[in-house]
Amino acid sequence: MFSFIVRRTLSSIPTILILILISFALMRLAPGSPFSTERGLPPEVLANLEAKYGLNLPWYEQIYTYLRGIIFEFDFGPSFKYKDRSVNDILAQGFPVTLTYGIWSFVVAVAVGIPLGIAAAVKHNTKFDYAAVGFSIGAQVLPNFVMAPILVIIFTLWLNWLPGGGWNGGQWQYLIMPIIALSTSYMASIARITRSSMLEVLHSNFIRTAKAKGLPTSSIILRHALKPALLPVISYLGPAFVYMITGSVIIDIYFSTGGMGQFFVDAALNRDYSLLMGVTIVFGVMTILFNAIVDITYAWLDPKIRL
Amino acid sequence: MLVNKKKMASVAEAASGQTPVKGRSQWQDAMGRFKNNKASLVSVIVLSIMILISFLGPALSEWDHETIDWALTGNAAEMGAPSIENGHFFGTDDLGRDLYARVMQGTQISLMVGIIGTIVAVVVGVLYGAVAGYFGGRVDNFMMRFVDILMSIPYMFILIILFVMFGRSVYILFIGLGLFSWMDMARIVRGQTLSLKHKEFIEAAVAAGVSDFTIIIRHIVPNLLGIVVVYTSLMIPNLILLESFISFLGLGIQEPLTSWGALISEGAKTIQYGTLWQLAFPLAFFVTGLFCFFFIGDGLRDAFDPKER
Repeated sequence: MFSFIVRRTLSSIPTILILILISFALMRLAPGSPFSTERGLPPEVLANLEAKYGLNLPWYEQIYTYLRGIIFEFDFGPSFKYKDRSVNDILAQGFPVTLTYGIWSFVVAVAVGIPLGIAAAVKHNTKFDYAAVGFSIGAQVLPNFVMAPILVIIFTLWLNWLPGGGWNGGQWQYLIMPIIALSTSYMASIARITRSSMLEVLHSNFIRTAKAKGLPTSSIILRHALKPALLPVISYLGPAFVYMITGSVIIDIYFSTGGMGQFFVDAALNRDYSLLMGVTIVFGVMTILFNAIVDITYAWLDPKIRL
Repeated sequence: MLVNKKKMASVAEAASGQTPVKGRSQWQDAMGRFKNNKASLVSVIVLSIMILISFLGPALSEWDHETIDWALTGNAAEMGAPSIENGHFFGTDDLGRDLYARVMQGTQISLMVGIIGTIVAVVVGVLYGAVAGYFGGRVDNFMMRFVDILMSIPYMFILIILFVMFGRSVYILFIGLGLFSWMDMARIVRGQTLSLKHKEFIEAAVAAGVSDFTIIIRHIVPNLLGIVVVYTSLMIPNLILLESFISFLGLGIQEPLTSWGALISEGAKTIQYGTLWQLAFPLAFFVTGLFCFFFIGDGLRDAFDPKER
């Protein structure tokens, strides 16, 4: 087990390097420069600017400097557009916001989705089951960018209960709508996956044996059926995490929370390469590490995995 | 005589009149099951109507998707509501452009992005997966490891960088979305190919000296089509969602062209002025369209793989 953990963690390093190289290559291949303006700068000014940001160096030196900065000093360089701020500054400001409601959404989706799926499977073909299935089908067509305006219409414009945006240091009123908007669609996915795998497990032989022995239903479900039923759910958590991170961009934009997404879209529109890369790399590294954790958990839970 | 001759003769006569029982292919079976699935059948009809409307509908309106009705500009909240009299069936957007024409145009773009992007993804994914599965061994290991790496990257960010860097034309959108969505298909196809390649008919083809490439195209791929059809139909709505996501951020399709995501984004920004129709009409088309695609996909899955219900 220990060697598997070490191997799995080490194997995410080349993935991270490839991610950095891909985004770096895209930046350098792109036509135009972050300093190109409508009127065009005098060549001397442009040369000075490029020298300041190290853009006049050959590409292998650029990437070496960049990688060294990230790995040894955790330094993503200066932002190209926000002249007085470094990418680190911006990340430090936006990241905690995104992380706060991101973690909450993840917890809510898992904490509601899994019990909902289990209950639906246990009460197979009852009204509750149909309601749960209906919810999970309906939520497929309600992604975060559809949920967000609908929530604002209901809770801000009609009922006037919640503020329609902002962050205000993360007070709970400001957190509710981002969390619901972000978590609904994959809460439904988690519920659907849990339900179908639980149904499959409940029809297997060892559960029939447990029933024949006269075990109480609660202990059959919690002690015997739960663990094998959760395996497909756990392997879905990796993709769910990716959806959550990309979805956070929508939430940041729509609710003006001041999180990373806002900076990412601004950077994309302004061609602020260093900020774009910083955000992409931080999100990418988080995803890759989370996937490693998911894999390790899976291997730990599933005895059939060869270590 | 125990056998009734007269009866025998009539049986023989009836039998000779009958044509031999025709074998049914997997496809005929599947289509039969698909036709019994009410939700899928209704979805096919609704979707066909939607496609027809989106292409024929603009002819019914005197407005097109980019002309501004100056009489209503800046006054969308009071005068831009849906009405039959001034020809704006779905009302106007904030600039005074006809929402009906824009929704039709957005529907065309969204459906096209979903379908063309899916074709790109399917071609790449099927070939990649079939090659990896057929050759197996080290090639397979290397190719699938590469897919694993691609799948663990939040590709949305790379995709957005691509759009920003290489201009936001519709074609880049088609190809970019397709090129970032083939990995799931490749995995599924590879798994199926692994189980196919030890079948006798492949062995026979190898023994007959057919080249590897021809075996993959002529013998492997046609046998994968069932599962490919199912996942293709589920991929279309996902690509539409992806495109809507990017367009919602304002990084996807560019004016004057529009798509469901871009229209929802515009409508969502103006809800506080009471112009709810700007959100409601695009949203209704988006939700209906996605529902139809999901139901068709589910129906196809049940039709091709009835035991997995």
